[in-house]
Amino acid sequence: MSEPLLRVQGLQVEFKLPRGVLRAVDGASFEVQPGEALGIVGESGSGKTMTLRALVGLLPRTARITAGTVEIDGVDMTGAGKERRRELRGRTVSMIFQEPMTALNPVMRVGRQIAESPIVRLGLSRRAAHARALELMRLVGISDPTRRAEAYPHELSGGMRQRVMIAIALSADPKLILCDEPTTALDVTIQDQILKLLGTLQRELGVSLVFVSHDLAVIAQTCSRVAVMYAGQVVETGTVEAVFREPRHPYTLGLLRSVPDFDVVRERLASIPGSPPDLASLPAGCRFHPRCPFVQADCRSGAIPLIELGGDRATRCTYHERCAEDVRLEPVIAGV
Amino acid sequence: MSETLLEIEGLYVHYELRGGLARRARGVGPEVLRAVDGVDLTIARGETLGLVGESGCGKSTLGRAIVGLEPPTAGALRYEGEALTARRERAQRRRIQMVFQDPYSSLNPRMTVRQALAELLRAHRMVPKEAIEARCRELLDLVGLGSRALDAHPRQFSGGQRQRVAIARALALEPELLIADEPVSALDVSVQATVLNLLDELREKLGLTVLLIAHNMAVVRHVSDRVAVMYLGRIVETAATDELFTNPRHPYTKGLLTAVPRLVPGRASESTGVVGDPPSPVDPPSGCHFHPRCPIAQEPLCSAEDPALATGSSGPAHVAACHFAWREPPEAHTPEVLQEAT
Repeated sequence: MSEPLLRVQGLQVEFKLPRGVLRAVDGASFEVQPGEALGIVGESGSGKTMTLRALVGLLPRTARITAGTVEIDGVDMTGAGKERRRELRGRTVSMIFQEPMTALNPVMRVGRQIAESPIVRLGLSRRAAHARALELMRLVGISDPTRRAEAYPHELSGGMRQRVMIAIALSADPKLILCDEPTTALDVTIQDQILKLLGTLQRELGVSLVFVSHDLAVIAQTCSRVAVMYAGQVVETGTVEAVFREPRHPYTLGLLRSVPDFDVVRERLASIPGSPPDLASLPAGCRFHPRCPFVQADCRSGAIPLIELGGDRATRCTYHERCAEDVRLEPVIAGV
Repeated sequence: MSETLLEIEGLYVHYELRGGLARRARGVGPEVLRAVDGVDLTIARGETLGLVGESGCGKSTLGRAIVGLEPPTAGALRYEGEALTARRERAQRRRIQMVFQDPYSSLNPRMTVRQALAELLRAHRMVPKEAIEARCRELLDLVGLGSRALDAHPRQFSGGQRQRVAIARALALEPELLIADEPVSALDVSVQATVLNLLDELREKLGLTVLLIAHNMAVVRHVSDRVAVMYLGRIVETAATDELFTNPRHPYTKGLLTAVPRLVPGRASESTGVVGDPPSPVDPPSGCHFHPRCPIAQEPLCSAEDPALATGSSGPAHVAACHFAWREPPEAHTPEVLQEAT
């Protein structure tokens, strides 16, 4: 395998709160190869967004990276100074946010917003940058770019705004694009358009994607590998094909069995009892054990390590064989 | 089919937009937003009817009009054969309840859960005074919140828990028809299932009829007996759930189904489901509202004539409003919205 574009090792993010320290991300490790799309899936509070933001140093004021390393294209982001990080943020890596309306400048025409990065980072002239903006708008499927470049964000539809965001993200030729729930605020028809656009860009431009979503189906559609997060930890990693068909962590298994699916109509949806734990008072041992159907005595104490399963797979469950057995008895996504 | 509970006939909800005075002075009248633009629909007792469509298609407005929150511009609503007007008796209001999309704005931030539920139970005289406390606990139990939640304020809950409080509140009045407007889209994936199963259970236990307004086709497929597809203020297709998902007749329904992200890796279709953005309901396209985005639209027919809902080879329960719903469809071409681009 070639040198990974992104390598995250033992990433730890903590919030300083008046009542103590909250560990939002606890020892996350994963890699992204050039041209690959990695999905990070989890529920709210799982730490998926904080992980993504930590990669580029865009954490809230009260949060800090307290351990671990983030290497992007061979450069250590955690050790790099502010200036160097800012430079990397524009050139090597860029980000697409969930709500384009809050990420775009409301009082600047979108054409100029797209042209900004080519001027600042690539040193293009105004005229050349404007031409590049129009070209990018065409690339992301905005029809009539000459006219649309003169529009303000509020004059565009949600889908168009997200296309503008993508054009901005692409404007300085990044190698890695971080996507934070980019389609969650969109209609299913527009989501489909944006997901297909991202897929095309990934294939044709060879950019890598890290795609954060709570929607398993969106991950299945866009990514080749996946990391499942729960209560601040990565609990399972592997290819989408392997993890979705044969999950080896009871949380992944529970999630897959509980989502209504288009292709598999179940009599009744399974559900995971309880709700995700409060990060301020995490259960001892495996963080999932209070909700786990396979829980054993030794799950209730001690840290559970990430166990390598071979074939690029890992799980944070001592009894992952139970999952395998359960899937053998009743396939997760049967017959399709 | 079983007994009709609610009948919607030729329902219109139009809003006059601002700037009406200037336009009236020029003799053209105010701009009108056609949120609901001629809907005919029936809901049978005990069924779950899924209502799907893009945002802005009028599905929430239709739900609000049924509950009585939006006065219709024209048309009729009949509940068990009796006309429902915008002004309703307390007893009539009790029978149709709604769960809203946004649990943040639909709960009073100053009231504890106990106060919110007790107020309703008292005002509608649902249970004797001494049973109110027990009923509150029971309701919270029903929606998967412990009775510890009784003394909490809405801000102390997560978005998901808050939505469950909102559902408990709607159920407090033991309604017959529950309008659930995107009830699970704010919930975490692992708790969505609980709420969907809950809706199913309640329907069985209480004989509830449910109108489920949703954009998630997988959710609708799982929960509904029948599905109605809405586009720009109109119903374009209605059928039994399995029939609609396996044999969609309207090109919009087909596109919508193609657009759904699939859990099974490699199942996603290569082609785009529906191209372009939905047009503005202030200035809907002529003829068939869908024709500018439609891959099989034929000129001049589709931009001139508005197709009515019609039955075909699939029996009386499956209706679709497309000129080509029930005959050999013409060859697919680039839709009008994309043609303009080149």
